[in-house]
Parts: sequence; C-alpha cells; structure tokens
Amino acid sequence: MYDGGKIIAGIIIGLLLLTFPIWYGLGRAAPKPDVKLPVKEKECVEPKAYMKNYHMQLLDLWRDSTVRVAKRSFVAFNGKKYEMSLQNTCMSADCHARKTEFCDQCHNYTGVVPYCWDCHIPPKEEPKKKPEEKH
Amino acid sequence: MAVNRRKFLKIGGASILAFGARPAADALGISPTEWLDEKLGGFTIPETLFHLFRKPAGSVAGEALTAKRWAMVVNVRALDEEIAEACKEACHRVHNVPEIDNPKHEIKWIWQEEYEHVFPGQQHEHVDDALKKLPFLVMCNHCFNPPCCRVCPTKATFKRKKDGIVLMDMHRCIGCRFCMAACPFGARSFNWIIPWPRAGAEEERRFKGKEPPTPDYPTRAKGVVEKCNFCAERLAKGKIPACVEVSQELCNKKGREPALVFGDLEDPDSEVRQLLRSRYSIRRKPELGSNPNVYYIV
Amino acid sequence: MLEKAFVGGRKYWVLIACLLGVIGVGFIMWLWQFRVGLGITGMSRDVSWGFYIGQFTYLVGVAAAGVMVVLPYYVHHYKAFGRITILAEFMAIGAVSMCLLFILVDLGNPVRMINVLLHPTPRSVLFWDMIVLNGYLFLNILVGWNVLSAERKGSPPPGWIKPFIYLSIPWAISIHTVTAYLYAGLPGRGFWLTAIMAPRFLSSAFCAGPAILILLCLIVRKTTKFDPGKEQIRTLGSIVTYALVLNVFFFLCELFTVFYSQIPGHMHHFHYLFFGHEGHVVKLVPLMWLAFACMTAAIILLVIPVTRRNEGILTVACVLTVIGTWIDKGFGLVVGGFVPNPLERITDYWPTVPETLIALGVWATGFLIISLLYKVATSVKVEVGAGQA
Repeated sequence: MYDGGKIIAGIIIGLLLLTFPIWYGLGRAAPKPDVKLPVKEKECVEPKAYMKNYHMQLLDLWRDSTVRVAKRSFVAFNGKKYEMSLQNTCMSADCHARKTEFCDQCHNYTGVVPYCWDCHIPPKEEPKKKPEEKH
Repeated sequence: MAVNRRKFLKIGGASILAFGARPAADALGISPTEWLDEKLGGFTIPETLFHLFRKPAGSVAGEALTAKRWAMVVNVRALDEEIAEACKEACHRVHNVPEIDNPKHEIKWIWQEEYEHVFPGQQHEHVDDALKKLPFLVMCNHCFNPPCCRVCPTKATFKRKKDGIVLMDMHRCIGCRFCMAACPFGARSFNWIIPWPRAGAEEERRFKGKEPPTPDYPTRAKGVVEKCNFCAERLAKGKIPACVEVSQELCNKKGREPALVFGDLEDPDSEVRQLLRSRYSIRRKPELGSNPNVYYIV
Repeated sequence: MLEKAFVGGRKYWVLIACLLGVIGVGFIMWLWQFRVGLGITGMSRDVSWGFYIGQFTYLVGVAAAGVMVVLPYYVHHYKAFGRITILAEFMAIGAVSMCLLFILVDLGNPVRMINVLLHPTPRSVLFWDMIVLNGYLFLNILVGWNVLSAERKGSPPPGWIKPFIYLSIPWAISIHTVTAYLYAGLPGRGFWLTAIMAPRFLSSAFCAGPAILILLCLIVRKTTKFDPGKEQIRTLGSIVTYALVLNVFFFLCELFTVFYSQIPGHMHHFHYLFFGHEGHVVKLVPLMWLAFACMTAAIILLVIPVTRRNEGILTVACVLTVIGTWIDKGFGLVVGGFVPNPLERITDYWPTVPETLIALGVWATGFLIISLLYKVATSVKVEVGAGQA
C-alpha cells in the first residue's frame, strides 16, 4: 500500500496511546479505599446499599427540596428525622465528619472530583496522630 | 351529515375542555398553569418525572417561619451609620459573602446608599439635609413580578411559590448574567474570581488566611450570581433575617423604633402591614411594574 | 467536497497557520479564564456584559445578512445572486459559529451549559436565542452544502431543500430580532428599552453583513480563480447603502426621542457615550464619534452613484461601514446600557488584554471556518466553470 510505513507506524502509536491506561499502571495497584465509618451512628438516612449507589441522586433531591420548595425536614427509612443538609447533617460531628477518611477515600480511588467542595465547607479536621511505623 | 358515536365523543370531549376549562379554573380560584405549578411543587415537568423514580421530597420543619408573601419595611429615619453597617456586616458574615479588594469585583447583598441614588426619579435640588445624609439600606427587593426570574434561561433564579422569596439555585446557575442585566435595582453580584480558598496551603497564602466565617452555611464558587435571599435558611429554622435581628437589637439599645421590619404582606395583622397602614411608604421604581416587596418609610 | 479544503497553495496554508496561531493563543487565555474566573476581563458588577456579548451581538447581525442574498435570488429570481448565495451562506455559518463561541467564553460556568436544555424555560429570551441560533447554523449547513453538492454534480438542487431555503429567510430575521429582544425587554435599562431596538439591529445587520460579504468577495476574486462578479458586488453595494442610511436614521430617531423629551434617565446613557461623565472623558467617547464619522463618510461615498460603482472606493466605504457599525453595536451598545448603573453610578469599562486575546481567538476561529468553507466553495465553482467573469 502507499505510505505503508507511515500507516503502520501510525497504527502502532495509536494502539499504544489507546491502551495507555492498561500498560502504564501494570504491576502497581492504588491502595484500596480505607473508608472509616462513623463511630456513634450505625444507620444512615437510607440503607447502605442505596447510599453507595445513589448518594448523589439523594443529594440532588435534597437540594431541590431545600432550595426550591423550602422543605428541609427529611424522614429517614428508619423513621428518624433529619435536616436536609450536606454540611450540617451528612458531615456533622456524629456522622461523616472527616472528609479525608470517608468521601475522599472512594473518590480518590476512582478518580472522581466532585465540585461540591468548591462551595460547601467540609468540616475542619484536626490532624490525627500518626500510628507508630512498623519496620 | 351522519355523526357516529366516536365522532360525537371526540367533539363532545373537546367542547367540554374548551368551554369548561375557564369555569373550572374560576371555581378553583387559580389559573390552570398556577394549578399545575402547585401540583408539581415548583418543579418542572422533567424534574417531576425524574422524582417519580426516586424518593419523594421532604416536609417543612415545625419551627420554620412561614408566610405567603415575605416583605420588608425599612424605616429610614430610624437608621444611622452604625446600624446600617451592622446590618451589612451581619448579613455578609452569616452568608460567607467575601470581601473583595477590587471594587469592580465586589459582592454585596445589602449595603448603604444615598437618597438620590436609591430614588433617582424622586430626588431634587432642595431635599432636606437630614434625608440627604441618611443611610438608605438597599438589597434585593424580592419583587412579586421579578424581571430577573423572567429572563433566567435555566430557572436558576426563581420565585418560590410558597412564600414569594426570589432565590438562587447555585447548582444550576450557568453564569450568563442575564439576571444582572434584567434587575432594575442593581441588586445582584457575580463571582468574578474565586471567592474563598479551597484546599491547600498555597490557596490559603493567597487569601492571606481569610476563611469563611460561618462554616454552617456554604460559600459560592466562581462563575455564579448571588444576592440577598431574605435569609431563607434562617427562616426555615424559625429565625428572622440577620439584618433584621441585628438592627432590632441596636434600635432597642438606642431607644428607637425598629429600622427594619420583616413580615407577611398577606397577613393583615403582621407588623409590616400595620406599619404600612399607618405611615406613608414608597418603593424603588414602582413604575417599572416589578412590584417590589421592600418598602421605605422616608 | 471537504477534501478541497486540504489542498492549497502556499498562501492558503500560511493563512491557516496564522489563524491557528491566533486561535491557540486565545484558547490558552481562555483556559486561564476557565481556571481563575471572568475576573481577568474588564467586566464588573455594574458592567456585567462587555466585549464578548458585544461581539456576539454584532456577529448575529452579520450572520443574518445571509438573507440579503438568499431573498433576492430565491424569492425574486434575481439570477445574478445565484453565483454568490453559497458565499453568503458560508459566511453565515462562520458568523453563527462565532456567536455561539462568544456566548461560551462569556459564561461563568460553561460546563453547566446543558442546563439550558435540561431545564427549558420558554419565557426566557435566551432560551429562544439558543434555539434560533443553532437552528440557523443547521439550516445554513444543510442548505449550503446540498446546493453546492448539486452544483458540483451539475444537477439542480434536490426538491426537498426548497422549504428549508424558504424557512431560512424568516429564520434569519428571527435570529436578530430575538437577540434584540434580549435587550429590549429589560425594564431597568432605559438605553435599551425602546421598540426601535429590533429595527436598529436589523438595519445595522443588513449593512454590516453585506459590507463584509463585499470585502470577502473582493478577497476571493484576488486570491482564487473564482470571480463573484461585478454586478453582484454592485447590487450588494446598493443594499449596504439603503441599510446604512436606515441605520443612521434610526439612531437619529433615538436621539430625537431621548433629547427632545429631556428625560434625564434616558439622556444619561447617550451623554456618557458621547461626552463622558462630568468632564471625565472615557476612551469610549472618541470611539463613538469615530463610529458616526465613519458611517456618515460611508453614506456619502455610497449614496453618490459614481463613487459607489467604483470598486476601490466601494471597498473604502465598506471598511468604514464595518468600523462604524462594529463600534456602535459591538461596543457602544452594550456598555451604554450599563452605564450609568440602576443606582445612577458610573463604572467605566474597557476590555483587558486577556479578554481581547480570547475575543481575537474566537474571531480567528470564525475566519478559519470561513476560509475552509470558502476554499471548498471556490474550488467547486472553478471546477464547474461557474466562476469565469
């Protein structure tokens, strides 16, 4: 074929670029997310499986309800009443108070960068004491 | 012409709709679009369909302050520099409104202005000195017929049907600034730059250690419009707007009548209605038809 | 047919390279703006729309001017224009693309652009603007491409294209009317709250657009083997003349209404644009006078038949028209509406360097599109022998 050399070279480069994510990280694995659950509260506002998959949709619903319809009171699946608020309910001291130990764990692993934190203020985290290093 | 049953039903149904809609709406007391709006709870049809597949929305908390039409009366003669500044400081603190050095990029929800600038159609050469020096507090008027809501292409700014507050949905705003062009009162501000540091020491250094003063309330990011929201989040918890609270405290201390009065315009016994009944009041640019809900007793 | 855009002489590739360079610089500036916010522009709390929206407004007019060639040819059977309808349509494509890009670079949150589609708001004029602009882009691509294809194959255009062509005529009027309605329905902006906004927009569109088309045709004649034709350019010149006279007349109508009625709120804006504020003359003031000097000079040159028919002088007149309308519509109109602000305070506006570079990047993108499309069109015309004068 005409320009055969250029075409084959182009195909090889193209394939390399296309499969970059596969071969670049070969032999290494990112650390598994180490999600720390809240100590006090044992149940979230929805069952764990639902929250894992749909927490963003729930937050969207909360936002529309709070901002657009002025309805802020939410009844969880277990009957408990909560105020619909990311900062004051989800991230409250009793629940997911440490963003780095909860939200960021899975988000960093999957490469998700939600822009919630451009506006919503994550609770301040005092740096925890580092555990003794084992040799 | 022979009319078969099917045709009769079709024509009959269409006629009932055509001629019966008006009386039905009159019987309901509202127009069909208002009825639909109420049924949908302020959401659009696509949003409602989406909500069919997810959990329904919540409810109003017991302690919330509610009204059909929130309004504010500014009793200007009871204002002074100190009270006006305190109102602005309280509002900006409670809502994490950033203080920006460049005056072109400033963001303000409530601020002081002079009479001739607040009421440019009314001012003349022989205004009394006292009025000239009085600090008028201006903010979003939460109009009943807001031009800003009319022009927003995404309904990111909207008038809440429940209580008439004109709000911003910060998640939806695309930053087109059409609302800013439409507002006849210059009440809206845009986030031209990143208002608060996000993560990292470098950002904090750039912002010289400034942090949002109220961690309970979110900030805004760059690229969205913001304005006074009649403290909707405080009303939901049973508290009056921050500016009203602060001005009431200060006016009490100084032994004056309250400078800012907040209440339900549709409740004939509310404080605002009583004040409006007993004194002469004016509004900004009423001839434009936006029907502002902030009244000034001059 | 697109392959014709990738075959060209040295000058063609130099042009493409230069345009790509300007686009590159503009794009990098825009990335910076995307990162740090619109604060790098000269816009402010008071002047919340500036250069970007001004350019968008101007270019919607240029795009609408495609109808000034399509209407005489398809409705009034003015055969001569058959030679250049494709140039008008391709110019419209470039102009509308620039409009859409200018809106994009002006948004505070461009990633949320889809919200306009997800939450349709028919009572907002911006919603209709999005619909008519995208529709017009689609119409011009559809019609232009199909008609050119048919011409290349030597057959008449397919029958189904006729309704789209006829649709594009009122649609062109609508894009600029809707854009005018963005301004003309705002109760708080006295400078814009006038019924003559849409007619003014249309008249300046119909002089600026054909003027730019004339200049493009002259460039095409010089740089390709396709000659758009002397008669075509002459007729376009007449169109520019009528439209420019109307444009200035409408402006004088505005001046009369505002200054004879002596309403301070309305006079303020004109006063600021042409005389500055309390002795403080802004950079905008000499520009506005220049705009009207250019338009007046252009009218004189265009109205006199001898000078209008001389292509050299016509070129000068077109350049003057473009400068005049560009300053008036692409700059003065937007700033004048915002100053003084609703509280009767003055905040000046001038575009910053990054803002200008981004704007230039968008202009270069439009010109790139026009260059590529014109290369295709002129190559096809030369191929079928339609271009010999």
